[in-house]
Amino acid sequence: MEAKDKIIERILLLIAFSSISILGLIALFIFGEGLPLIWKVGPRAFILGERWVPSQGSFGILPMIVGSFWVTFGAILLGVPLGLACAIFLSEWTPPLIAMVLRPTIQLLAAIPSVIYGFWGLIILVPLVRNYLGGPGLSILSGSVILGFMILPTIISISEDSLRALPPYYKSGALALGATHWQAIWRVMVPAARSGIVASIILGMGRAIGETMAMIMILGNAVKMPTSFLDSARTLTTNIGIEMGYASGDHRQALFATGVILFLIIMILNSSAIALSRRRRS
Amino acid sequence: MQELNTKIEARGLNFYYGSVQALKNINIHIKERQITALIGPSGCGKSTFLRALNRTNELIPHTRTEGSVMLDGEEIYRPGLDVVGLRQRVGMVFQRPNPFPKSIYENVAFGPKVLGIYSRREIEEKVEKSLKAAALWSEVADRLHTSALNLTLGQQQRLCIARVLAVEPEVILMDEPCSALDPIATLKIEELMQELKKRYTIVIVTHNMQQAARTSDWAGFFLLGELLEYGPTADLFTRPKDKRTENYVTGRYG
Ligand SMILES: Nc1ncnc2c1ncn2[C@@H]1O[C@H](COP(=O)(O)OP(=O)(O)OP(=O)(O)O)[C@@H](O)[C@H]1O
Ligand SMILES: [Mg+2]
Repeated sequence: MEAKDKIIERILLLIAFSSISILGLIALFIFGEGLPLIWKVGPRAFILGERWVPSQGSFGILPMIVGSFWVTFGAILLGVPLGLACAIFLSEWTPPLIAMVLRPTIQLLAAIPSVIYGFWGLIILVPLVRNYLGGPGLSILSGSVILGFMILPTIISISEDSLRALPPYYKSGALALGATHWQAIWRVMVPAARSGIVASIILGMGRAIGETMAMIMILGNAVKMPTSFLDSARTLTTNIGIEMGYASGDHRQALFATGVILFLIIMILNSSAIALSRRRRS
Repeated sequence: MQELNTKIEARGLNFYYGSVQALKNINIHIKERQITALIGPSGCGKSTFLRALNRTNELIPHTRTEGSVMLDGEEIYRPGLDVVGLRQRVGMVFQRPNPFPKSIYENVAFGPKVLGIYSRREIEEKVEKSLKAAALWSEVADRLHTSALNLTLGQQQRLCIARVLAVEPEVILMDEPCSALDPIATLKIEELMQELKKRYTIVIVTHNMQQAARTSDWAGFFLLGELLEYGPTADLFTRPKDKRTENYVTGRYG
């Protein structure tokens, strides 16, 4: 028995180690391909440059950084209030039987392939924006709305978990002091679950920044500084997705370099989410 | 001795968890500005009875209440009664200290804020007054804005009492408020109760016979969901009418 345990332990260790090292290799590869170009162009010119014309050797990705920022910001603006409201509703007001149906349904939203979201946005949302608000319709606004929906499952399920993980005496304590149900939720439970809710928002941001397919279909992909929510735009991910097929040389390296920046942004977001959920547990 | 007012009266009170009856035909007069102690073996329905007095029982799903409870002669189970208002009049201190994960100040300010008081100065006054009344002010005055969870258990429990006082209730229900505390902290709470008795009606559940005998004016003995005996504390402890009460208060129950 002992010997068998040892063997299983070794095998698991090997598997864990190899998956970590594959991740490490991928990161190493991206950095290896991307960093030399950032060095060649100069980090400042690369990150703050506004011109992206690969054929002329100008590689400035500021429009894409700004595009990613706006789309994510818009998604959060829509997804957070909606997601938090759903989470509160699910954990506090929904009868258990209905919640048992709703919860997996919401999880299912996360399983819909992003190309479907993109397709839906292209057919329904883009014409609506074009007809009623003007502009090309393929825009930051359309992208934000779609992304807002795509991050809902993340925000709802993590926020709801953290609300339900609260000790029941927070709520009963507040009610016994003469608070209404809503006051107990808003003044005691939501603040107590704050770190979990913030973590859900950060994970949602990570998802929004990383989304590629739906954004390629909806954003219009123009390489210019967006000036309004009705402008079309390009994000860091869509930049890679669109051009990778035909890029070579410096151009190809510049796409990896875009990936490096993306990688760093997402690392920062994820580690802050982890730090926050650690603090919640302690 | 002057005639005492009845603050709370229960008549034919029954309570069910699903099909299990936890309170059986409870009849009791709880006197104003007196300390009433409820004693009895574990599981006999003391906490359930206490929760029936501020209608927090109904937060537990699949439960049912029958009979009547009057507060100042007004039926609290009347349909359409303002339950939130009732809970403001009948405050509750729980067995385990349960401060909110907020600062000391915010814990006490919670009640006034919920009552719709927005003036900062008014809230500050209430916080100070309540903490003083709960004999906690001198220990926390210099760290009002630090987390309540850093206080000792005894301090947390007094904070919970302060939190209730800030709502300015008429009745304070205490469910074994000292069971998580050491003897010194317990003594502090008992002294505090004597002080609070001047203004509030107090109902306390306790497993500690000495505590009940020491602190209370009236005592009720619960057994298996029934209120077996109720009367002045001295009578209940020195000349109980029921053999089972006698066995329990002398520690021969079993
Ligand atoms: N939430 C609940 N759901 C179902 N039954 C319950 C619930 N709470 C209490 N009971 C049952 O009701 C009866 C009375 O419980 P209660 O908590 O009022 O007793 P108690 O006298 O306060 O006991 P203790 O001294 O241990 O606190 C017990 O048989 C208990 O098992
Ligand atoms: Mg109890």
